Amino acid sequence: MKKTSGMGVSNSHLRELESESIYVLREVAAQFERSALLFSGGKDSIVVSYLARKAFFPAKIPFPLMHIDTGHNFPETIEYRDNWVKTLDARLLVRYVQHSIDQGRVKEEKGYNASRNLLQTITLLDAIEELKLDAAIGGARRDEEKARAKERFFSHRDEFGQWNPKNQRPELWDLFNGRKNQGEHFRIFPLSNWTELDVWQYIKEENIPIPSIYYSHLRQCVDRNGTLLAKSDYLTAKEGEEYKEYRVRFRTIGDMTCTGAILSAASNIDEVIEEVAASRLTERGTRADDRRSEAAMEDRKKAGYF
Amino acid sequence: MKDKITHELHGNRGLLRLFTAGSVDDGKSTLIGRLLYDSKSIFDDQFEALQRSSESRGEERVNLALLTDGLRAEREQGITIDVAYRYFATPKRKFIIADTPGHIQYTRNMITGSSTANLAIIIVDARKGIGEQTCRHTLITSLMGVRHIIVCVNKMDLVDYKEEVFEKIREDYESFAAKLEVTDVQFIPISALTGDNVVDKSIKMPWYKGSALLYALENIHISSDENQIDCRFPVQYVIRPQSDKYHDYRGYAGKVAGGIFRKGDTIVILPSGLQSKIRAINTYNGEIEEALPGMSVTILLDDDLDISRGDMFARPHNQPRIAQDIEMMLCWMNEKKLTVGGRYILKHTTQDLQCILKDILYKLDITTLHRIDDDKELKMNDIGRVTIRTTKPLFFDAYRKNRHTGGIILIDESTNETIGAGMIL
Repeated sequence: MKKTSGMGVSNSHLRELESESIYVLREVAAQFERSALLFSGGKDSIVVSYLARKAFFPAKIPFPLMHIDTGHNFPETIEYRDNWVKTLDARLLVRYVQHSIDQGRVKEEKGYNASRNLLQTITLLDAIEELKLDAAIGGARRDEEKARAKERFFSHRDEFGQWNPKNQRPELWDLFNGRKNQGEHFRIFPLSNWTELDVWQYIKEENIPIPSIYYSHLRQCVDRNGTLLAKSDYLTAKEGEEYKEYRVRFRTIGDMTCTGAILSAASNIDEVIEEVAASRLTERGTRADDRRSEAAMEDRKKAGYF
Repeated sequence: MKDKITHELHGNRGLLRLFTAGSVDDGKSTLIGRLLYDSKSIFDDQFEALQRSSESRGEERVNLALLTDGLRAEREQGITIDVAYRYFATPKRKFIIADTPGHIQYTRNMITGSSTANLAIIIVDARKGIGEQTCRHTLITSLMGVRHIIVCVNKMDLVDYKEEVFEKIREDYESFAAKLEVTDVQFIPISALTGDNVVDKSIKMPWYKGSALLYALENIHISSDENQIDCRFPVQYVIRPQSDKYHDYRGYAGKVAGGIFRKGDTIVILPSGLQSKIRAINTYNGEIEEALPGMSVTILLDDDLDISRGDMFARPHNQPRIAQDIEMMLCWMNEKKLTVGGRYILKHTTQDLQCILKDILYKLDITTLHRIDDDKELKMNDIGRVTIRTTKPLFFDAYRKNRHTGGIILIDESTNETIGAGMIL
């Protein structure tokens, strides 16, 4: 349904978006004492970390990358993460959902649709408290989902890490108010004004490496209610469900248990851009976690989810 | 004012930020929904979700307005209470829409949404003509320095697409807008509900010779909106790698707020008044010869000086104003009312200072433009002319000359909330 094509579009808007994001990242370094960049191995957090490299070059990125590891990762994501951190010359911190489960902080979901996606929130909030972070930078974009359309660049969280959409600070011009009381923190979204297509076009223009699973490959998957879920140790097949080999790629990267693959032959960046531009579904349409209810994202965000 | 469309591809910017305000029944959300839908920017799953919610609310057709009403409270109450940002793109341009509620009690949201906009869409109901709301939105647009206005005369289907109705509204609007600093205004007769003149030109209004809304948005020329003359560079962050390879590197990172900085230029550093020369302008992708407004760059100087965040680079013969007593139009954004003698934190470019509110000169009736001299209390959503005194000298320009060096926010010292937005006169 989208006719906007990657081809023929003037890319000067990408330079404006880049400048805006770099400005936001420099504000973070200037206004906060202990920040971290939330890194998932997905394309959005890859682009944010790349922009952070640009923002402070030739100095190192002045904050660590932090991965909240659910343990249900695609192995390709972890391999990519470790290489990328070296390329950026950045520091990586990892905090594990498994630890939160072992400590009894969270309870593992049961059943066929069990996912650790929600549990991440507790691990993240614990990490923020442990490291005394006052800013956590993320790759969320306003075009992803309607609750995110009203998100600020600098999003204030109370001492419980919660978001109050009714009491957001007005954000004018490029004056970002990061002042806070003890125990509160901010979530920062430098890619607020980017769309999915902008991210892909930028990855192409800047020649940024991305995990291989974004490109077409053969994979054993099970078709569950129209979502293709990859075979893994973390997924329990229902009775009658059958694994078949499909030619797929992933449009977003999250947990193996809730990230659906799409049938695709797109094997390079140009083909991916063409496919995204022609797509009839939003990228979060492949995310089982958003389908739970109409206000699923808003509820998770209020609780402290990214 | 004519329906002049500047069709200049050369040097035109690929990103247009627009702002629109409206109330429940003037069709604003429908118009945005229509723009997104007809420009094929709505995905199938979004559309299906829309169909489902429209059906469950017992509405007979798909309610495009639901697309832009994001938060649950808003969906339940049927109103837009915050600023929501929407994105769409055509092969020509990318668009960011700041979508705000239009009632007087949401003035602060409109101020916020318009602060970064190049263009305002003002919606007038063809049946009602220019009302209080139209005047208010136009005044806010003018006050916030938004240079381009498109007046959409909506619901033309309900007035039989009559030219006289459109022309009357255009005349009324022009006589009102003549009092304001508004230079570029276009008028388009539309029907958001039926799609007439939104994306495609309507066949029902052959008397209208101008273009459809989307074409106008794609082609409007906005390159000259930034101040290209007065060089201003607020130092945002000092880059010191402290590595062997870049032992003596000292780069001043920031975003150009005005003018064009070139390698070799002599600059003055404020507040110290010291001068130096630009040795290099760096980006990650390499050195560049000149930095234009809006670009995030790193500037290296010939001399090793003590410069930190909050300092500003300008040209020796073109410096900003420097003062401690400053007059501005202030929009109040908090439930606690503004008090004379109150102390606030003031944020301007890359620095924070303290200030005291010295005086409220008058309050503005934002519908009639009249000064209210006998009521000087600024409550939430009020706009007034005030003077403040800062603890240190501030270097600034008038807001109408430069939005980046002329705009400030006030912050409450105890709650840390942003409570006021000021446009320096």
